[in-house]
Amino acid sequence: MQMQQANGLINKAKGRPPRTAGSLREAIIRRLLGAAAACSLLFLALIVIFLCLEGLPAFQHLPISEFFLGMDWYPTSEPAEFGIFPLIAGSAVVTLLASALAIPLGVMTAVWLTEIAPSSLRRICKPFIELLAAIPSVVIGLFGMVVIAPILQNYFGADTGLNLLNAGLMLAFMSVPTICSVSEDSLYAVPPALREASLALGATRWQTTWRVVLPAAFSGIGTACMLGMSRSIGETMVVLMVAGGAGIIPISIFDPVRPMPAAIAAEIAEAPFQGEHYYVLFAIGIVLFAFTMLFNIIAQHITENNKRVAD
Amino acid sequence: MLKRLLFVCMFCLLGSGAFAQAAAAEEVIVSGSTTVLPVMQVAGEAFMAANPDVTLSISGGGSGNGIKALNEGLCAVAMSSRDIKESELAEGKANGINATRFAIAVDALLPIVNPENPIRDLSAQQLRDIYSGKISNWKELGGKDENIVVISRDTSSGTYETWAELIMKGEKIQARALLQTSNGAVSQIVSTNSKAIGYIGLGYLNDSIVALTMEGKVGNAETALNKSWPLSRELYVFTNGEPKDGVKKLIDYLLDPRKGQKAVLESGYVPISK
Amino acid sequence: MSGTTLNSSGLNTFEAKHSRSGKRMLTEKVMFMLLRLAAVVNIAALLIVVGFIFWNGLPALSWEFLTEPPRKAMTAGGIWPCIVGTALLALGSLMVAFPLGVASAVYLNEYAGRSPFTRYIRLAVNNLAGVPSIVFGLFGMSFFVIYCGLGISLLSGVLTLAVLILPMIISTSEEALRQVPRSYREASFALGAAQSQTIARVVLPAALPGMLTGAILSLARAAGETAVIMFTAVVYFSTSTLDSPLSPVMALPNHIYVLATSGTDIAKTLPMQYSASLVLLFLVLGMNIVAIIVRDRLQKNRAR
Repeated sequence: MQMQQANGLINKAKGRPPRTAGSLREAIIRRLLGAAAACSLLFLALIVIFLCLEGLPAFQHLPISEFFLGMDWYPTSEPAEFGIFPLIAGSAVVTLLASALAIPLGVMTAVWLTEIAPSSLRRICKPFIELLAAIPSVVIGLFGMVVIAPILQNYFGADTGLNLLNAGLMLAFMSVPTICSVSEDSLYAVPPALREASLALGATRWQTTWRVVLPAAFSGIGTACMLGMSRSIGETMVVLMVAGGAGIIPISIFDPVRPMPAAIAAEIAEAPFQGEHYYVLFAIGIVLFAFTMLFNIIAQHITENNKRVAD
Repeated sequence: MLKRLLFVCMFCLLGSGAFAQAAAAEEVIVSGSTTVLPVMQVAGEAFMAANPDVTLSISGGGSGNGIKALNEGLCAVAMSSRDIKESELAEGKANGINATRFAIAVDALLPIVNPENPIRDLSAQQLRDIYSGKISNWKELGGKDENIVVISRDTSSGTYETWAELIMKGEKIQARALLQTSNGAVSQIVSTNSKAIGYIGLGYLNDSIVALTMEGKVGNAETALNKSWPLSRELYVFTNGEPKDGVKKLIDYLLDPRKGQKAVLESGYVPISK
Repeated sequence: MSGTTLNSSGLNTFEAKHSRSGKRMLTEKVMFMLLRLAAVVNIAALLIVVGFIFWNGLPALSWEFLTEPPRKAMTAGGIWPCIVGTALLALGSLMVAFPLGVASAVYLNEYAGRSPFTRYIRLAVNNLAGVPSIVFGLFGMSFFVIYCGLGISLLSGVLTLAVLILPMIISTSEEALRQVPRSYREASFALGAAQSQTIARVVLPAALPGMLTGAILSLARAAGETAVIMFTAVVYFSTSTLDSPLSPVMALPNHIYVLATSGTDIAKTLPMQYSASLVLLFLVLGMNIVAIIVRDRLQKNRAR
């Protein structure tokens, strides 16, 4: 999905068709289509409005500092404690671990696809990467539960196989295709003339790739990483199923964690409607939304800067 | 611009309104505790076979969720593994809903461990210390030198609340505990992890896990019914006011010793009427 | 994708002539090996997951499994209601989102210039694509389920999923529209056609296969989504045949999640988990493969 998103980002400048005589019918059609296009704007606005509507009341009684920096997540004890710091830490650590695995893997695969693989092999391999992106998250979660967890428990001495490492591995799995296809697009966009010039100067193919192609595609790869991280931090089913669900700040990679999406998914169904717990869970939704927005805006910023440079 | 947005809003609402007009057959929505769920599933299948004019939609989600859904009019029958709270009752009243309680079975909460774990008996105090984090190694209880992996239910489930009330007695469950969304998940984790301890409802006991005794007392149907097992509780369903039509049929079915109560027994709980 | 890499065999002879240092060649060999390894790891990962599900899911798969509702607290019976639910959710959301998405794409690509309005729309589409599915779930629950009063129902799920796949449909449709040569439009205008006629008769038919590819991919995405429908559309267990868009449904991804985490006896439901996963994988990957083949054909036609 993010591949198309990035394609959208790279809006090729192109000529417009000539304006035809403005009959009423044309004007109406134009307006209707405009209204359809405005729907996306409307939906995004509705998402923000409803998140805020249900999330902001949490701060009537709960100081914001306590919400963000509180160390204890005991949403139903008396008195309840809503410190989401362990949840943010869980999300951050899982995302970082997944990215540390997925970014090298994704970018390297993209480089292989564009720079090295013969075109026949590329045509066979590329669909595989795309299919990897298509595996439903719940199936990957199941795989983590029934295959990876026992392995971590039995062979790596983890107290529980449902932990940070397992979640990081499974998330890496899911973000590799995103990172790979967006990087690939940006590597393709590097003009062949640059490669030819470098090779003509006597550089090897690796030197050309490392010193010329990668720097030229750097911003696109940056976008890819951001989109990959955005996908990791927002992914729900995998962390719900394999992260273990303990609201602690992890010290070892075998510690269980409770990332934000898992907390929302596990608790929202049981939180009393429009009670404090419910509001706080929506507030976590706002935090999550803000994080992914941030990653997306950085990604768009990188792309736009790059466009300006290219122009 | 604004007009355009308004237009779109109107369109969406009109569209959804038109759909809302479509008629529905008699459908009883049941929601709530995962502890009561197995009973409802087994009884529900037979109930629907006997009453083809009523269809059931059953979902879990926990006791709090079920009562919440009842109060909002989103379900007709709420399953709960605990009694309704004053606040919930008041909330329902505010919406014009009068939650009415029916006890359908008795359940016992059982502390469980993996069969490979040599420990078979713990006291309430020891369980409390394990769950609060004071005891963190099986060695301290005479077992192997291994960390204890504490499994608990999600904080809003009725099972958790019962455990918190009867065992923890106000002490907090440690943050390191793995919180799971259902009894089944707890039993599944304990069955695959020799260092784990958890607690489940009687109905979820199977061969892959072992129930602990508490100071020599065994938790089973008999001890649950005569209240000698310290961790027993009644399971309820709630309806809005006196049940009518399909809901009445369902409640009558559940309480019938030869029908619903047999399902209770099959699901591993203790029938409340004979 | 306009592939423009150099022919690799040509490069090799080129290098053989020009490379002087053996060390450089060694680095190159090692690095290329690593890159190849990365690709192999990815493909292996896919094959392992898919293979594992196939291997374990196939034995329990039967005609009865596909056509019967679950029985005996989910330890027996099949997954028919889940298949129906998933199909309705995915197709329904596509029916809502496809016209809307195509209309948006036509507006953005054919009508609107670079006005602030279109800039905001593009920004919204990009950001909408990045919203986590759990946030869509929260939104669907608070807006469609509670505020609009649709309840936990097929309709709520369809509408929420439609919002989820809308950005995907818009960007793939725009891409398809961009691929239609300008000369088509100019020829139509030269014959005196109005813009709406040009779009309806010339541009859309030419862009349709590309748009359909996007539609199939969105369908697959909607079918595999769990977090979005968990609080908006699905129930744990229901045997009711669907009589109105306002009844809740069962769905495959949620069923897998439920079987894996909340079954009464999870060990007994394990074969069913695998088989249900296999069916879901089959549906989702199948749709993706169809989309890939359609796209491949398109690219070949265009190249000709």
